[in-house]
Amino acid sequence: MEIVPFTDEMKKDYTILVPNMLPVHFKLLMAMLEEYGYKTKLLTNEGPEVIDTGLKYVHNDTCYPALLVIGQMINALQSGKYDLKKTALLITQTGGGCRASNYIHLLRKALVKAGMGHIPVISLNFAGLEKDSSMKITLPILRKMISTMAYGDLMMLLKNQTRPYEVNEGDCTKLINSWVKELANQFRHGRGLSIKDLERNMNAIAKSFSEIKVIRTEKVKVGVVGEIYVKYSSLGNNNLEQFLYEQDCEAMVPGILGFIIFKTDNRIEDAKIHGGKKIMKTVCEFLVGYLKKIENCLINAVSKYPQYHAPMPYAEMKKLVDGVIGYGTRMGEGWLLTAEIMELILSGYGNVVCAQPFGCLPNHIVGKGMVRRIKRLYPKSNIVPIDYDPGATKVNQENRIKLMLAVARENKEEAVAAEEKEPALTH
Amino acid sequence: MKLSLDLGSTTLKCVITNENGEIIYKDYVRHYSQIISTTVKLLESLSTMYPEEKFDIAMSGSAGMGIAEKCGIPFVQEVYATRLAVKKYLPETDSVIEIGGEDAKILFLSGEDGLEVRMNGSCAGGTGAFIDQMATLLEITPDEMNELAKKSEKTYTIASRCGVFAKSDIQPLLNQGAQKSDISASIFAAVVNQTIAGLAQGREINGNVVYLGGPLTFISEVRTAFDKALKLKGTCPENSLYFVAIGAGLANTFVTMTLDEAAEKVRSYSAADTYKACPPLFNSKEEYEEFKKRHDLKKATLSEKIENESVTDTYIGIDAGSTTVKAVVTNPEGKILYSIYKPSSGNPVGAIRDFLTEVYEKFPNIHVLSSAVTGYGEEIIKNAFGVDLGIVETITHFTAAKKYLPEVDFIIDIGGQDIKCFKIHNGTIDNIFLNEACSSGCGSFLQTFAGALGYSIEEFADLALFADRPVDLGSRCTVFMNSSVKQAQKDGATIDCISAGLAISVVKNSIYKVIRATSADSLGKNIVVQGGTFLNDAVLRAFELEIKRNVIRPEIAGLMGAYGAAIYAAEHRKNTESTIITSDKLKTFTHQVQVVNCGGCSNNCCLTINKFSDGNRYIGGNRCEKPLLKGKTAEEEELNLFTYKREKLSSYKALHGKRGTIGLPMGLNMYELLPFWHTLFTKLGFEVKTSPESTRKLYLKGQNSIPSDTACYPAKIIHGHVQSLIDSGTETIFYPCLTFNFDEGLGDNHYNCPVVAYYPEVIDANTKDINKVKFIHDFFDLSRKKEFPKKIYESLEKHFGGFSFGEVKAAVKAAYAEYETYMADVRKKGAELMAKAKAKNQPIIILSGRPYHLDPEINHGIDKLICSLGAAVITEDSISHLVQKFKTNVLNQWTYHSRLYAAAKYVAESNDSMMNLVQLVSFGCGVDAITTDEVRSILEEKEKIYTQIKIDEITNLGAVKIRLRSLFSAAMNQKGAK
Repeated sequence: MEIVPFTDEMKKDYTILVPNMLPVHFKLLMAMLEEYGYKTKLLTNEGPEVIDTGLKYVHNDTCYPALLVIGQMINALQSGKYDLKKTALLITQTGGGCRASNYIHLLRKALVKAGMGHIPVISLNFAGLEKDSSMKITLPILRKMISTMAYGDLMMLLKNQTRPYEVNEGDCTKLINSWVKELANQFRHGRGLSIKDLERNMNAIAKSFSEIKVIRTEKVKVGVVGEIYVKYSSLGNNNLEQFLYEQDCEAMVPGILGFIIFKTDNRIEDAKIHGGKKIMKTVCEFLVGYLKKIENCLINAVSKYPQYHAPMPYAEMKKLVDGVIGYGTRMGEGWLLTAEIMELILSGYGNVVCAQPFGCLPNHIVGKGMVRRIKRLYPKSNIVPIDYDPGATKVNQENRIKLMLAVARENKEEAVAAEEKEPALTH
Repeated sequence: MKLSLDLGSTTLKCVITNENGEIIYKDYVRHYSQIISTTVKLLESLSTMYPEEKFDIAMSGSAGMGIAEKCGIPFVQEVYATRLAVKKYLPETDSVIEIGGEDAKILFLSGEDGLEVRMNGSCAGGTGAFIDQMATLLEITPDEMNELAKKSEKTYTIASRCGVFAKSDIQPLLNQGAQKSDISASIFAAVVNQTIAGLAQGREINGNVVYLGGPLTFISEVRTAFDKALKLKGTCPENSLYFVAIGAGLANTFVTMTLDEAAEKVRSYSAADTYKACPPLFNSKEEYEEFKKRHDLKKATLSEKIENESVTDTYIGIDAGSTTVKAVVTNPEGKILYSIYKPSSGNPVGAIRDFLTEVYEKFPNIHVLSSAVTGYGEEIIKNAFGVDLGIVETITHFTAAKKYLPEVDFIIDIGGQDIKCFKIHNGTIDNIFLNEACSSGCGSFLQTFAGALGYSIEEFADLALFADRPVDLGSRCTVFMNSSVKQAQKDGATIDCISAGLAISVVKNSIYKVIRATSADSLGKNIVVQGGTFLNDAVLRAFELEIKRNVIRPEIAGLMGAYGAAIYAAEHRKNTESTIITSDKLKTFTHQVQVVNCGGCSNNCCLTINKFSDGNRYIGGNRCEKPLLKGKTAEEEELNLFTYKREKLSSYKALHGKRGTIGLPMGLNMYELLPFWHTLFTKLGFEVKTSPESTRKLYLKGQNSIPSDTACYPAKIIHGHVQSLIDSGTETIFYPCLTFNFDEGLGDNHYNCPVVAYYPEVIDANTKDINKVKFIHDFFDLSRKKEFPKKIYESLEKHFGGFSFGEVKAAVKAAYAEYETYMADVRKKGAELMAKAKAKNQPIIILSGRPYHLDPEINHGIDKLICSLGAAVITEDSISHLVQKFKTNVLNQWTYHSRLYAAAKYVAESNDSMMNLVQLVSFGCGVDAITTDEVRSILEEKEKIYTQIKIDEITNLGAVKIRLRSLFSAAMNQKGAK
């Protein structure tokens, strides 16, 4: 099977289809890429056809995200909406020891099976894979990408903490849409992606969210962690966020910035644990330093408003799992997933949905494998692992989440009752 | 007053309590999936008792969720409801086990880990539905199962992960002649295992245990089995069926109305037709008539009417399948004179005895020239009745199909629980697809549904033909299908649309899950369909629609195996008289069964010994030929590299050392790294102990600390190994985390899979007694030979102290050297065995997998099985070094898997039809979802047959045998063709 490269020539008039994992983040990313001459389109096709297409072209025991991403792409290509002579696909590759690094190959195989082997697939990775067909990532592009992700994280964070309480339904969504427009416009004019601009915009975004009219009531607070695709993608998790919203909960979904720092930091840890080249370590240390600056911007912007909970800095999260799980555990979401659960519990989101594809290998270790240890550390925590795959029914998943919520409500009532009896000294 | 309803997956429970909280009414009815109408009927009948009364109404139960919301009745999650009821009425309870129709739940109410409520995840194994399914399979009622289980003498290991798996474990047991009483008890034990493994997830169930729900209320032996496994005495309280309903009433969320109003609300539950539909199978009667006519044209094999007395020379073909037996009598022209097709009812011997008796009565002048038998029951039937020939199923089906369509290039056979597909190329079978562990695309699946909805399979099939909006059920597992069907019913799908939807899903499953085809053309142009399931017109039509091609269905679609056997018997007739049992001897035929444990080797197979009246014996349940040899030593040396490697590894013995004992759990990558770690620690003065050989018992020892039941068996069994090391008093256990493996230069990277790499973390976080030992699970990278000495030195200093760097460095050097020696030795032995096999013209199987597939508890003795079929077994790691790095279509980043690709390449380019690759795949291995397709494509590029064997806690060796025999016969044919 020959790899079809994505050439500079193609860049001129090809449309690049992007799978939908994090709509706000990805929209910003695409606006940024436009500046570099890439014409992109975010895929929004959903429904059983996507799953059926995936089942048809991907080995059925492959993890669910691969099945969905590939199913979504092939389904889109087969829809007749795109000129197949002028279309390319973009897929991310983390390069770790997990199956996910193989998605691009599975996608290419699937394309051949579907008779569309001529369509170029672009790899978005930072591991030096796929030299001929990966996006050329220069340091400036990389920095800008990180900024778009940070904006996405910020808006996701603020929306999650505002929307459940908004007086006029839809205010948050409207605000996000207008910010996406505004930021895209800034990008187009070469602005909005430097640290200085980032600071300014982030403060403005946080302020605008804080001005949304809300009535804050006591709601059950739920954290969502998991395998990265299923955690974020509504296609992957059967619209978990909306379900939790309808169940009158406030959901907290840790952002992607932590994951990016984690993946970079892994190289430093690897060198520390096993030994290795100094240069790689130095480069990564530089990058992590930069990422932490961005993270700081985000935290600062949110912290100005006491009604919002700002995420814990990566460095502190890392300390949290010391002695719980080794830093060398880095495939998939690695120890970060364990850390996220712990951070959520400590910040009042002790009811946690751990979403993973059925049979997800890293999750056997860092998700389900650590629940017992976490329960020991925090006996009041209330964690439910939910498996997602083409066979699992939504009803079944929701029933399990409802069980978790029933316990959550009881815990909350008990806490309230206890507080009434014996007012807490702090606060 | 309060009325609370529990709409379960199979039953409806209703409780009314008065102002004082006393239960004044309760009812328990099966709803047969007619949830709405059953509920309405109940409410209406109650409203005549309380016409004006207003009730506080709440609803619970898995089937109630959607309905409650739409009807505006508050819903209480059922497990939570149980918790409320137990809290109020049985406050002393520590844990609750509740088994329902499709759910199993455990509630932990006390203890240091706090309150926890768990319900089964995405699998309905080990629930009421599972027990019902198994009872159907045994053709008894669950009550009878209970009675039988009381008399059991032994328990077999049965997978309860899924009804589908269990079926494939039970069927061979039945076919081998195991007692129903023992099987019943084994099924209950399996339910208990599933509940503990799947739900307790490492948390111990103890204290006051309460049993709730239908199965635990009605089937005393399930309770007994739980008591036994948990080593305690649980109680089944009064109202054990009603705790969910009672709890729903305690939740303080309700709506107040009269029962008439409630009935009206439920009745108006909009059957909104919201389900997703497929196009109908037939748009008109005419279309159906045309279809019928086309398939009726092919009448070729059935004999005209004959005088029974005139029948003399005949051939007999028997197909003793997994759930049905089929048999035919043909005349020398190949016309069928008589045939049967009936359920084996777990006793194929009895069914065939009846058949032969009928034949001898019907045709008084019969003279059988030759006979042949195929199918799961081949061996037992052959021995019982002196059948002349035994033959593998694939060949019989091909033989029969050729009679209908000489140019046939694709055969698909859907039977009771097997799907078999073969591609035919140049007149020989060159590719075989069998369903692995899943029977969702099979006939028994339809039968189970038809039965559950109260129809015969024929009626059910007829309903499907003209359904206007067949439910689109996709292709998914039986268990999920249950809930999808119920959902569709709630959404207004009628029975005919469900029947059609199921027929379509059977087809989709077989095409997309089993064959993994993407287009009709990849199947073939001349397709013959057969097997009992294709007698169903709806399935046949769905198949033709799905592949967009007309196919041939022989009118004896269900008999093809038997018919093929008869033709084979004729073609391979010996020059002597047929050895089949005579009419006289048949009259005095007897069959006795005895169950014993074979002590021949560590497998400890549970053997069923069948004795027949003529003194013939048949032994089933064996994984190797040892018990059959009865003291005779094998004449030929077994060419088995698996055995050699095992012996080699067990030669690394513990030597007394000054620094105390260090234990290594023998599982996963330790199967390869033992020479390394053993040498390292022995040199450093430790007494290196390895955990004992894997057994089922050892697995159970660690079962209660497994957090993720969907991990692979090789990972799960590690828990048992670690536990036995702890129990043996080892001071230290060394089980390192290894992100990377050795770099053998075959791939783009050299990772271990996430499970192999990090499982020590799981052991550390979940093994209760781990604090009793020093558990070292630091991270190392053995591929960094320069840095490793320092890293291990630091680790040793941290954990023990008192080492000199020089001493450690020397030990590391010796360890690397020993590992190299070991690998070189394996390679050398591999080459030697291969040369021997070639000299003797024996088939060679490259049995590929992972190092840990060496473990007999994990590979179920498949290596020995292959040898017993006359082949040599070589491993992938003994030949992978002979191949240069080459380009693969996947990211080649795991060391063990790189070896697989290299071995496949070696076999593909060997140009030796006697050498084939068989890949062992552990169930749940995510990585193999990628490797299997790649290995297949490497082999198929050179027209080699790819064979995959999926292994789990249990494995149906019958199916494995069919696969291997077909492979050998295809290899022989290929050789002949050359």
